[in-house]
Amino acid sequence: MWFKLWQSIIKELKLLFRDIGGLITLFVMPIILVVVVTSIQDSTYQSISASKIPVLWVDHDQDSISFRVQEELEQSQSFILISKLDSKPLTEEVAKKEVFKGNYQMAIVLPKDLTGSLNIKVRQNVDGILDEMGMSTTSYEPVEVPGKEIRMYFDPATQTAFKNGIKNNIDKMVARLESDAVYKTFEEQLGGSGTQSFNNSFISFKEIVPREKNKDVLPNSAQHNVPAWTLFAIFFIMVPLSINIVKEKNQGTYLRLLSSPTSNSILYAGKISTYLIICLLQFYAILIIAEVVFPYMKLPQLNLSATKIVLMSVLTLTAGLAAISLGILLGIIAKTQEQSAPFGATFVVILAAVGGVWIPVFAMSETMQVLSKISPMNWALNGYYDIVLRNGSLIDIIPEMLLLTLFFVVFITFALIYDKKKRSI
Amino acid sequence: MAVMINIKNISKQYKDSDYQSLESVVLQIPQQSVFGLLGPNGAGKTTLISILCGILKPTSGSFEIDGSSSVQNPSEIKNKIGVVPQEYALYPTLTAFENLMYFGSLYNVPKKELKLKITDYLTHLGLSNFMHKKVQTFSGGMKRRVNLIAGILHNPKVLFLDEPTVGVDVQSRATIISYLKELNKKGTTIVYTSHLMAEAEDFCTDIAIIDQGKIFIQGTPKELIQNTPNACNLEEVFIALTGKNLRDVV
Repeated sequence: MWFKLWQSIIKELKLLFRDIGGLITLFVMPIILVVVVTSIQDSTYQSISASKIPVLWVDHDQDSISFRVQEELEQSQSFILISKLDSKPLTEEVAKKEVFKGNYQMAIVLPKDLTGSLNIKVRQNVDGILDEMGMSTTSYEPVEVPGKEIRMYFDPATQTAFKNGIKNNIDKMVARLESDAVYKTFEEQLGGSGTQSFNNSFISFKEIVPREKNKDVLPNSAQHNVPAWTLFAIFFIMVPLSINIVKEKNQGTYLRLLSSPTSNSILYAGKISTYLIICLLQFYAILIIAEVVFPYMKLPQLNLSATKIVLMSVLTLTAGLAAISLGILLGIIAKTQEQSAPFGATFVVILAAVGGVWIPVFAMSETMQVLSKISPMNWALNGYYDIVLRNGSLIDIIPEMLLLTLFFVVFITFALIYDKKKRSI
Repeated sequence: MAVMINIKNISKQYKDSDYQSLESVVLQIPQQSVFGLLGPNGAGKTTLISILCGILKPTSGSFEIDGSSSVQNPSEIKNKIGVVPQEYALYPTLTAFENLMYFGSLYNVPKKELKLKITDYLTHLGLSNFMHKKVQTFSGGMKRRVNLIAGILHNPKVLFLDEPTVGVDVQSRATIISYLKELNKKGTTIVYTSHLMAEAEDFCTDIAIIDQGKIFIQGTPKELIQNTPNACNLEEVFIALTGKNLRDVV
């Protein structure tokens, strides 16, 4: 049995390594993918002046509130405010046109008399409260003050997450300005010294990150992207594997295999062993690139200890098994390469999307979150993150490994039963 | 003469098919015979061979090969048979030697013995200079010879050949037939399908003609020719029995 298994592995390895196109698909493309995605996403982890977003700024208020909003936006280092185009002051109509054409991401328009109206409204509210308490020093006569609207225009192609982020930031800024105005008005009314500072928040936020060897472990883009895209590469193995099985069926060698006394289990064990080796090789190739080449490209290193590499290798084996079982099932069901290749590629993309490789699972809809729970890519990704980002040990990744192994057992069993039934018909 | 293959009422109807590809086929193939299974396209030859090789399951019926039952000892049967399919059942990017090492290993042939046999067979069939070349570089005749060797590495008692000389040149065909005759003399029972009537007439000791899933007639080539009016050779016997109409099968 061992000789048969060994010969099967040798055969599969020779077939793979003599297929240049297949090798490029298996090794070169995933490496390029990891490098490109990490480079693109690296900028979101850093505050770089080069990535400031130009924003069209139309200030009809020209008073303290609008000046403060402008100051805070410029100090955030994320925006460049543009108030003139072609040396002409911007109008709302022009700003709206430019944004909707896609020339700029967004425009902010502050209405006329924003500061004045806010001051009147705040004074009225404060007067009202003091009047109720019998402490008013001025006569209280409420006047209708229409609300003011800060209008924001976004390029229709802008992602909702980005829009919501900007809106929340400006909303927070304006709320702070409003409460500052309230405090100041109270102070004036009650005859305060004007020396109190209300600019500093009482409640502050601090992110507590995991620590390793008395140092903060701050996640970088490599630590997020390398595991995710390594998994993508591993699961992509179902494409060449399914093609391998379909080719074997169509070129006649399958007939010879079926008529031999060697059981299907041994034949597939050869394929499973070979492609598991390939999964590990893919993982180590990407790891080497991340550890050795990334620093030369000014990308962050993975910084993995030997223990973490061992843990990740073990997890890679179980993720590989899950991917291989899918590849074998697809190869058995598909009748032609034209069926197996596009289906396999699309299915891997779907698994990646559902698995949280592109968008975090918590940000998905409820239905998709449920679906992600049954995605082997999600299990594997969680396992990787447990190791890389959460300093997890073997015990922490056992649940994911068990799920991936169970997935493999179920799908391989189904594949072999289906194959047997198909030939009985 | 002892019976090597005993086929008992084998029928086969494929799923979604309106007709039976094989209908209660009963056949006895004598030991150490060269048995020709002849018939037009779609007659059921390949279906019958596939069932005997364990590639397909019959809808009903069973068979025995060298006393081993298809129902009780199917894996025992696979150890006793060799298969030479119509397609080149070889991996194109592997060398002849690599292909044969792999296929030989599936039949439990020990490693050292396998290497010796491969070298011996390749030399015997004129391929010793090409054993380490990839099969995709071979001519049709060369591929057919490697295809044949892959089926006999484990010294099978029965060798099934599905059109073993189709698409090959005269010299390769002569080499293959000559080698098969040698194998037969050493004790291998050969079951052989072909469209080449002249070859079958010369090569086969017994023949069965199959059409529309049924065995029409069985006997030695001489008997069939003698018993068919106005027939001088096997081709005329064949046409007399199966007709001249084209057989297009979907």
